[in-house]
Amino acid sequence: MKYLTEFRDGAIAQRLAAEIRQITTKPWAIMEVCGGQTHSILRNGIDQLLPPEIELIHGPGCPVCVTPLEMIDKALAIAALPDVIFCSFGDMLRVPGSDRDLFRVKSEGGDVRIVYSPLDAVALARQHPTRQVVFFGIGFETTAPANAMAVHMAKREGLTNFSMLVSHVLVPPAIDAIMNAPANRVQAFLAAGHVCSVMGFWQYPPLATRHRVPIVITGFEPLDVLDGILRTVRQLEAGEHRVENAYERVVTFDGNLPAQQLLDEVFAESDRAWRGIGVIPRSGWRLSDAYADFDAEHRFDVRDITTVESARCRAGEVLQGAIKPTDCAAFGAECTPRTPLGATMVSTEGACAAYFNYGRVVQLERVRV
Amino acid sequence: MTAVSPTPAAASLADWSCPLPLRDYPSIVMGHGGGGQLSAELVEHLFRPAFGGSDPAPLTDSAVLTLSGARIAYSTDSFVIKPLVFPGGTIGSLAVHGTINDLAMSGAMPVALSAGFILEEGLPMELLARIVNDMGAAARAAGVRIVTGDTKVVERGKGDGIYINTSGIGVVGAEVHIAPSRARAGDVVLVSGTIGDHGMAIMSQREGLEFETTIESDSAALHTLVAALLAAVPDVHVLRDPTRGGVASSLNEIAADAGVGIEVNEEHVPVRGPVRAACELLGLDPFFVANEGKLLAIVPPEAADQALAALRAHPLGSEAAIIGRVVREHPGMLVGRTGIGARRVITMQIGEQLPRIC
Repeated sequence: MKYLTEFRDGAIAQRLAAEIRQITTKPWAIMEVCGGQTHSILRNGIDQLLPPEIELIHGPGCPVCVTPLEMIDKALAIAALPDVIFCSFGDMLRVPGSDRDLFRVKSEGGDVRIVYSPLDAVALARQHPTRQVVFFGIGFETTAPANAMAVHMAKREGLTNFSMLVSHVLVPPAIDAIMNAPANRVQAFLAAGHVCSVMGFWQYPPLATRHRVPIVITGFEPLDVLDGILRTVRQLEAGEHRVENAYERVVTFDGNLPAQQLLDEVFAESDRAWRGIGVIPRSGWRLSDAYADFDAEHRFDVRDITTVESARCRAGEVLQGAIKPTDCAAFGAECTPRTPLGATMVSTEGACAAYFNYGRVVQLERVRV
Repeated sequence: MTAVSPTPAAASLADWSCPLPLRDYPSIVMGHGGGGQLSAELVEHLFRPAFGGSDPAPLTDSAVLTLSGARIAYSTDSFVIKPLVFPGGTIGSLAVHGTINDLAMSGAMPVALSAGFILEEGLPMELLARIVNDMGAAARAAGVRIVTGDTKVVERGKGDGIYINTSGIGVVGAEVHIAPSRARAGDVVLVSGTIGDHGMAIMSQREGLEFETTIESDSAALHTLVAALLAAVPDVHVLRDPTRGGVASSLNEIAADAGVGIEVNEEHVPVRGPVRAACELLGLDPFFVANEGKLLAIVPPEAADQALAALRAHPLGSEAAIIGRVVREHPGMLVGRTGIGARRVITMQIGEQLPRIC
């Protein structure tokens, strides 16, 4: 596959890893922001090629992991309604709410459907005019343009049976919050390449300057990730803190301007709760006043649902890099991928699930010694 | 990641292998039929205690019984797929191939099948005719007779057009002893061709996901391929057709049953370009995607080259490859050697494989 296999070359990967090992003289904690990068690191075993001084901290960039419990409970309540077709990206179905997940709602008769695009949900609304079609609009800036387009089209077509349960979150405020946290250990960021393909990277130089932290826009294939780490370590070792674009084949400084224009029209900035972390000011998007009619929270009146997270789950500290998953007492005991307490144990790119599986390799290495 | 404190992770392993029975779902969810952990738990905690009695015989896809001195393999499978017609086959041919393959994986030569139909009111007669003609053609091509059957009709809305159950019997040679528990450290793992074709062919036709592709299902009867393999290498240790849950689930099950580790070199596993591309697009891993015309064989190391040659000489095994080996280390685990020379644990999926958001 062109533009893919070239970025998975084993020999080049080994050369990049050797260069990283060569220039690393001190311990560095680097956070990869995006869940897609975490997935690639674990899928390919990239962390195993790095010197022991480099610690990768899995950031809060997995939309499944940071969508607040309260929002999941609202989704479950709406999905269980008799006239609703509830549409979602696939991996949200297994995320536990307070007492069940979307799979369970489906098994109890709820019409829950996996779609690949919010536009598929709009098409369903056209096909089923007598039913209410609700799309679970979660994710970062990457998924936002398609979600915005879905609402925009529904409004233009006058579809009164389409709405969206919006829980959109934004990367730059999260980076800011992590750097401001007293227990922060993160010294550099691999910024999320696909988020920047939409938004550009004009938002990042002020962050790098204010927090004196290197930020490298990084892609997702093994060579992209290794290149991002190499550039980050170079800056760290030299005491620099710049924004670098290591994903030039996709990302420009300005980003996708028509998409940004649409986002401006459909969404408005708002405070957002992040699962396990709490409310970060101006860290998300809600539907703008012009599109408020399409807000599922209003249409189905689920605004009264308020939920508290399990006190046993320390996912918030994990997502901020303050503790490792293995520092949590519930980890591997009552909390496993089969019986997750928090979302970080659900998604394959969730930090806790990753550690759970990776921990099995650690044990295996010890057996070999 | 490199500074993982190993103690808590090690302490968690007991919990992983023996979850409490069915504790978080009070009713059946789709994942219970996905061929992953939930399916296994259903068998382990509900079916086996209910059916097992004092007989510890494993509830595998196919059982081998000794009747009046003859070794008879016996198997059953139900087919509940959507769409009913897909590139490369129909539910009819799939129902024949599926049960023949379950028999073949115990080394049996299939003899006869039964066919049970559950039809939904309103199913077009023309479609039913196409499906049963396809079944007949598949059975004749395989040299297996369909000898008994049953038909029931359910009300409109109570079924997906048609469900088919097939059972089958076959004869197992006296010298053949194929069982997952026979995998030994040092053994070599082979696959008979490209993986993921069937699952992605079905996926490409599913409502809401339609994408244009040339991917065809690999649905095929594998008993002649097995016969060719056994003729060349009588001491085949394990055979498995990696259907639901894909190669990852099959190799995980074998590793658990035999108490061995399995290591695969991911780059050596053949995957067709369009299948790889569709998996990339949908965020799926071909290791977990279903196959209906492929087998995994585990053979002693000294027989590996002969096994590979025998598979490749057969039309259904022309793209066969050696993909890994059985190891003493990490018992019960499947470990993949990745393209950049690192390793990853390939776990069994929990329920259905879910497309990822990004």
